[in-house]
Amino acid sequence: MLDYKNVEELHKDLVNKKISVTELVKETLNSIKLHESKLNAYISINEEQSLNMAAKIDKKGVNPDNLWEGIPIAVKDNLNTKGILTTAASKILSNFKPIYDATVVQKLKEAGAIIIGKTNLDEFAMGSSSETSYYGAVHNPWDLERVPGGSSAGSAATVASRDVLVSLGSDTGGSIRQPAAFNGVVGVKPTYGRVSRWGLIAFGSSFDQIGSIATNVQDAASLLTLISGMDVKDATSSSKKVPDFRQKLTGNIEGLRIGVPKEFFGDGVDPKICSLIKDSLKVFKEQGALIEEVSLPNSIYGIQAYYVLAPAEASSNLQRFDGIRYGYRADNINNLEDLYVKTRTEGFGDEVKRRIMLGTYALSASSYEAFFIKAAKVRTLIINDYKELFKKYDIIVGPTTPSVAFKFGDKKDETSMYMNDMLTVTANIAGLPAMSVPAGLVDGLPVGLHIIGKPFDEVTLLNAGYTFEKINNFNLKPNID
Amino acid sequence: MSDLNSISDEEVKHIAELAKLSLNEEETKKYSSELTNILNMIDSLNKVNTDDVKPTTNMSNELARLREDKAVINKGECEALLNNAPEIENGFIKVPSIINEEEK
Amino acid sequence: MNFETTIGLEVHVELKNNSKIFSPAPVRFGDDPNINTNVIDWGYPGVLPTPNKGVIEYGMRAAVALHAKINQHTHFDRKNYFYPDNPKAYQITQSDIPLAENGWIEINTNGNYKKIGISEMHIEEDAGKNSHSDNGYSYVDLNRQGTALIEIVSKPDISSPEEAYDFLRTLRQRIQFTGISDVKMAEGSMRVDVNISIRPFGQEKYGTKTELKNINSFNFVRKGLEFEEKRQQQILLRGGTIRPETRRYDENTGETVLMRVKENSEDYRYFPEPDIPDVDISDDWLNSVISSMPEMPEARRKHYVDDLGLTDYDAMVLTQTKEMSDFFDETVSFEVDPKLVSNYLQGDVNAYLNDKQVDLQDTKLTPKHLADMIKLLMNETISSKMAKKVFKAITNGEDPNEYVKKNNLSQISDTNQLSEIINNVLNDNEQSIIDYHNGKDRALGFLVGQVMKLTHGQANPKIVNKLLLDELSKR
Repeated sequence: MLDYKNVEELHKDLVNKKISVTELVKETLNSIKLHESKLNAYISINEEQSLNMAAKIDKKGVNPDNLWEGIPIAVKDNLNTKGILTTAASKILSNFKPIYDATVVQKLKEAGAIIIGKTNLDEFAMGSSSETSYYGAVHNPWDLERVPGGSSAGSAATVASRDVLVSLGSDTGGSIRQPAAFNGVVGVKPTYGRVSRWGLIAFGSSFDQIGSIATNVQDAASLLTLISGMDVKDATSSSKKVPDFRQKLTGNIEGLRIGVPKEFFGDGVDPKICSLIKDSLKVFKEQGALIEEVSLPNSIYGIQAYYVLAPAEASSNLQRFDGIRYGYRADNINNLEDLYVKTRTEGFGDEVKRRIMLGTYALSASSYEAFFIKAAKVRTLIINDYKELFKKYDIIVGPTTPSVAFKFGDKKDETSMYMNDMLTVTANIAGLPAMSVPAGLVDGLPVGLHIIGKPFDEVTLLNAGYTFEKINNFNLKPNID
Repeated sequence: MSDLNSISDEEVKHIAELAKLSLNEEETKKYSSELTNILNMIDSLNKVNTDDVKPTTNMSNELARLREDKAVINKGECEALLNNAPEIENGFIKVPSIINEEEK
Repeated sequence: MNFETTIGLEVHVELKNNSKIFSPAPVRFGDDPNINTNVIDWGYPGVLPTPNKGVIEYGMRAAVALHAKINQHTHFDRKNYFYPDNPKAYQITQSDIPLAENGWIEINTNGNYKKIGISEMHIEEDAGKNSHSDNGYSYVDLNRQGTALIEIVSKPDISSPEEAYDFLRTLRQRIQFTGISDVKMAEGSMRVDVNISIRPFGQEKYGTKTELKNINSFNFVRKGLEFEEKRQQQILLRGGTIRPETRRYDENTGETVLMRVKENSEDYRYFPEPDIPDVDISDDWLNSVISSMPEMPEARRKHYVDDLGLTDYDAMVLTQTKEMSDFFDETVSFEVDPKLVSNYLQGDVNAYLNDKQVDLQDTKLTPKHLADMIKLLMNETISSKMAKKVFKAITNGEDPNEYVKKNNLSQISDTNQLSEIINNVLNDNEQSIIDYHNGKDRALGFLVGQVMKLTHGQANPKIVNKLLLDELSKR
């Protein structure tokens, strides 16, 4: 367990040789291994390569101008890492070693960061509890009987338990922010198009974004700066200039206009969470922000639109897993149809199949208009709601999750599981940047404050989170050792 | 529960066929009841008036950046790709015969 | 009962861009399997498509050539189906808004001109290739995967197999002139699916269509349609009904054979491609494509008739293919008589191509050599008889001037030299002179032959004739 406040502090010690990169990597690996039997946060640990790289960096010394050199980072296992097993927590990719790096991974490598391991997730990032992973669920370090959230479960849990200070996750409907909230850490999903999706194993192509998870906003901002930017390999990546998000954190939010949608405190949201979040809004007020209750009338349909559109895209994206060119192929094949059906039936888990079925249904000729197009129109309305609000407000605030981390097996049916995403999903529907910052505890478990920003205005978003974090001073860590 | 949103076993089988998944009777029943539940959750979309609303199907805030028509050859990529395939022969990807499925 | 026929064509044309439509892998054929592929072509997890500007530009050129309206704001869609040559299990195509729509081309069937409508033209990616063996396996080569295609769909304006044939020829010609494709059926760079239905004259509703797939020549398209037209007529005359079938044409029997009866149309689950933003074609871009359009056949025809003095017929034949027309233009650029060039191209050159069953661009013939040969003929260095030999030489890539020199082929046109030979011949053949004066025509031929023999065929026959007649009149 590392006792560093943030990456900058750690970086200073590395530069000054108070600790060598090799020592750091060893300590990180020890911490991961120590926790692994309890947490199951990793699918693979990249021990040998990490140590080799550490030795190389130690030989020449850490560049004082390069924050990331020698810093261990955990990477969600749906991001392609060349030569390192990349499974998306699915049996169908259980033997898959990519031959290329995701753009974000390449950026980490170029910066000299050390990819310490690949973190566990819900299969193909489809889930809110990590229970759908082929490699077994991740456990919440705050309470091992509870889920860590999902799908970036391992990435959140390993940061919460301070194995690493930062990790990468991906967020399609809340998959960074919800586990960040459940684990008491910071999670940022940037604007759609801010970070290249090249090499991210697609779930819902028009929703997916890669983002950062960290113990604090400053580190999350630094990591986001590193991974952001236009990529010729991703036609949907934005050519907008990337500010240095870390440098823009001022801690000053005077005059910031904050909208608080009443819908985010409605039915299905734990009243204790509602009151904690409403309480914490004081922090903003004290710092000179203007807070007003607002309405996002169509946001209540967010979860419904999402559960049509994301599975529809997923059903198409996941068709490539057919046992022909890579990955798992079933045995005892008699013919081509057999190869397809057996491979996919054996290779995918229940939840993935459910979403493939749902998405296939939504796209099939007889329901395309009634489901897919209808949901895509509601999506437009939700986008318009936000556009209207952002004419008057700089950020939108509410709770990240409707409940604290629940116990394994608590969400018996899929619809109640899907409701987990109700507060996070509209940011993906509208492609907006959003983050979760620890706000406090309810029943001894962390609760996240959810902040949504204007498109490509991560600066305002992060600065709000940073200011809140500083004043709110949530300093708790899980105790698992 | 509206009739519109209940999915029959038959429909479930048809969808599974399109998705290349195989379901036994029990699973078919399970999926038909689960999908029906989900569709009923989704059903509230019909309360929203979407007359004259355009669907959003692409989230990029820019128009397509077009790539110049230049070929890039990566030596060794083909070999690495073939090495990852479950079954290859003479540089081809090998699959069970596709004749008698349709062509020829 | 009389029937009228309605034919629809769906033509796929493979574009010869440098790289693929959504991946930078090279577009090249005949290489080792899978050599020209990358992770995108293999549909690897996490890959994304990047649209190729050159493909859209080629598509625009085709649209202009087909007089179609270009949709300046368009997007791509996914068509979902599993097949080993379709790595993502979806094809990126355009189903909502095609790149272009509402075009036409004019065909000429036995002298009758008719406009055939094009309902749409969209761009999409090609699949890889499966090959089959009898050992129970198939083999997948993804080199072709992701090569750009345009698909051209005709309106139901074609009413006979002959018109379908002419449509295809005209379509190929126009596409060829744009320079975007080789448009060769034999090599798969042009692929044709056709559908045909018949209905009693006057009936408003179209009859049930049958479809013919994977036909590999225009001629077979015509024959297949002719067979299908008759087959459908016979069924209806018998009181039967046409089933919606997919059939193929059997080249050996000249008949169409049932492949499968089409049931409910396949559910391809089309939806807009989320990985590619909308494509916007600016006015500037569109205008620059229009203004840089290669000349279309009708423009060249007009030039040939108005400026070069060729007949309409000659102009039409010469513009049948772009190669021929280009070859003609270049030959004429060496300042030789266009009419002579035209005659040669339509005569000897065409005969040679037919005989060898090759395309002009695959021969060793060059415009420069043809022009030089014609010049030799015009300045009477060689006779038209010698020209046959020289032509053979230039089909082997030989330089006509050098060939003539090397083989001492130049014609003897020197009157002094020829007069001397003629006098010798006449002196040696007194009887022929008498025969000539007695009106025996053969005698003249014999005497010319003797002169040719002595000159090893190099005497200029025109001059020999003239000199001989002059000399005979004196004797």
